[in-house]
Amino acid sequence: MLAHAIIFYFFSFVVIASSVMVISSKNTVHAVFFLILDFVSVACLFIMLGAEFLGMITLIVYVGAVAVLFLFVVMMININFSELKTGFLDYLPFGMLIGVVIFIELVMMISAWKYKAEFIVTKKIAKPLVSNTESLGMIIYTDYILFFQISGLILLVAMIGAIVLTFRRKDSLRRQDITTQVSRERDESVELRDVPNFKGVKIND
Amino acid sequence: MIEITLAHYLFLSAVVFTIGIIGIFLNRKNVIVILMSVELILIAVNINLVSFSVYLNDLVGQVFTMFVLTVAAAEAAIGLAILVVFFRNKGSIHVEDINSLKG
Repeated sequence: MLAHAIIFYFFSFVVIASSVMVISSKNTVHAVFFLILDFVSVACLFIMLGAEFLGMITLIVYVGAVAVLFLFVVMMININFSELKTGFLDYLPFGMLIGVVIFIELVMMISAWKYKAEFIVTKKIAKPLVSNTESLGMIIYTDYILFFQISGLILLVAMIGAIVLTFRRKDSLRRQDITTQVSRERDESVELRDVPNFKGVKIND
Repeated sequence: MIEITLAHYLFLSAVVFTIGIIGIFLNRKNVIVILMSVELILIAVNINLVSFSVYLNDLVGQVFTMFVLTVAAAEAAIGLAILVVFFRNKGSIHVEDINSLKG
């Protein structure tokens, strides 16, 4: 139990510290690295909670896809990020005010909230008969199959949208135009000429 | 203090959520950091859902977390694509330059 608590506090500290670094570091590349650290720690917390599948998915999706996408864009866009940091302190009082108010509201809600009578918080988490991944799969593909497929559709739309947004047509590139290729007539491309003896034919005269 | 309860996780999630909100306010010029703050907010929501799911012994929270994850990935892809297009057209990613729709 003590080890559990120590590990929880360690990972929570890493999560909070790296979150603070994400929003406050001067170099945006460093911010992305701290974001990766944040995601890894959250994945560890998920695994500690017993949600192994979501921990691994968080690693794959957030660290493997989202954070790398951020890193890619930050490195691709060639601008001076330090000048974007100016005005950081101007917004600090206002941002802190809003943040503190929201935080106090959340804490008040957590501490004053009572469970409904039929909600039973299990003091001791019962060890399930099947693994987390297996039990998750059993309900995703049966009860939640519609939502699962809709989420796949969302990913498809996002993929097509990203491609359409960033696609750039270059005029200098020669592309294959199948319509003109297929609709070519014989008259346009072939010409019969009489060739006089010992004279030859001039091309493009 | 020694026993980790649901409230511990909820408190952690509240802290991360607040940091994400403050990040949006502080980095008013850098769109990339704003998008990263939105990711922080989403991960805070995920912590909330997973901890409730585990402590109430109900797997629906984890199913919902997967959908939040999907939407977060789609949102990051579209947001960064818009950012790249904007940078190509304007040559900057200042939030203050994004005012062409004012009319």
